[in-house]
Amino acid sequence: MERLQLHSQIKGVSTGTTILAVKFNGGVIIGSDSRASMGESYVSSKTINKLIQVHDRIFCCISGSLADAQAVTKMAKFQLSFHSIQMDSPPLVKAAASIMKELCYNNKEELQAGFITAGWDRKKGPQIYTVALGGMMLSQPFAIGGSGSTYIYGYVDAKFKPDMTLEEATQFSKNALALAMGRDNVSGGVVHLVVITEAGAKHVVVPGDKLPKFHNE
Amino acid sequence: MAATAAALQFSAQVSSLNNYNDLHPDWTQREVSTGTTIMAVEFDGGVVMGADSRTTTGSYIANRVTDKLTPIHDRIFCCRSGSAADTQAIADAVTYQLGFHSIELDEAPLVQTAASLFRDMCYRYREELMAGIIVAGWDQRRGGQVYTVPVGGMLTRQPVSVGGSGSSYIYGYVDSNYRTGMNKEECLKFTAGALTLAMERDGSSGGVVRMAIITEKGVERQVILGNQLPQFSTV
Repeated sequence: MERLQLHSQIKGVSTGTTILAVKFNGGVIIGSDSRASMGESYVSSKTINKLIQVHDRIFCCISGSLADAQAVTKMAKFQLSFHSIQMDSPPLVKAAASIMKELCYNNKEELQAGFITAGWDRKKGPQIYTVALGGMMLSQPFAIGGSGSTYIYGYVDAKFKPDMTLEEATQFSKNALALAMGRDNVSGGVVHLVVITEAGAKHVVVPGDKLPKFHNE
Repeated sequence: MAATAAALQFSAQVSSLNNYNDLHPDWTQREVSTGTTIMAVEFDGGVVMGADSRTTTGSYIANRVTDKLTPIHDRIFCCRSGSAADTQAIADAVTYQLGFHSIELDEAPLVQTAASLFRDMCYRYREELMAGIIVAGWDQRRGGQVYTVPVGGMLTRQPVSVGGSGSSYIYGYVDSNYRTGMNKEECLKFTAGALTLAMERDGSSGGVVRMAIITEKGVERQVILGNQLPQFSTV
């Protein structure tokens, strides 16, 4: 992840970013900021959506090089829908994460992107998988990623509880993203949140002035 | 040289993989560093300062019970991060200068004066030094104060300041948990919590938590051992 943070300041358009995913009672919330940067000083987009839908109830948050992340998710979306048609059933979240992992691992020399895959399936319910830079895949109760995530490790370690309610998890996500955006100069803009449950996926946008404020603001 | 310089841009793990050699273990080629987590908080009547206790030479922990809270004067301490040699040398020089100044003045020195001396040295020799220092203490004029002198030699006063390699991980926690008007016990709990979280995530921070409370009455030292640290659910 350290290499990612350094490279994101060197290589083209990148989502110097903050992404996270949290499991709660009955689903997952995934969230991100909305800034795309070139180097440390130019914001190439204030309103980019880093939450890519790869299937009805499976989303991927992207971090790192925007081009690489878009290419990988496009490929994964295709492979996943093909797999789903072959199996004649909605795909497992683990299958989606596995596809991302294969792509990242087999192309690790060329790619510079990290992902958090999260969603809901019938077999295991809500799940979160991190697919890191070199192609490691890891299942976690919550995950944070991107350059802004370094600043909130302490906060999420202290504040996360398993089996939160939807309201608690939403507040947790908003706070964590707002804190990271407050300290990381390549994260910012608005907060995108997607709530994924058995019922489906719901996308919420929280504009900057509605974000929680802390003592030094 | 160019290859080493390029390698140094990347994380420590990458460059040490390239230089791996059984005959010359990693720690013989690395400078001693207080890769660390340090912190200081002002409260009404004094300051609470805290630090971890790990000093590393590359991946070897040269000292696992380091005291990074260094006395500069009776009621002024500093927390050191960066190169151990550089920060020890700077602290020694400032201790001498401040002691001399205090004798000339015939009264206790101001915390701002100590911080200023640190800044002068860190700025003047910024090319040669690698030192991030937090100066904190109590004086008659302004009570408890925390000043931070990061790498490069800036000086600023802050009600709460964190520093060292582990500090990146706790900015979110500090921003969300700090409130103005905390009392001494709340500051101690806040500091211990923040340092524990940083020590769990930063490989260069660890060991015990050392704290110092500086008030008009003097200096109180505390140590929290590894098994007594606060527990967080996922940690």
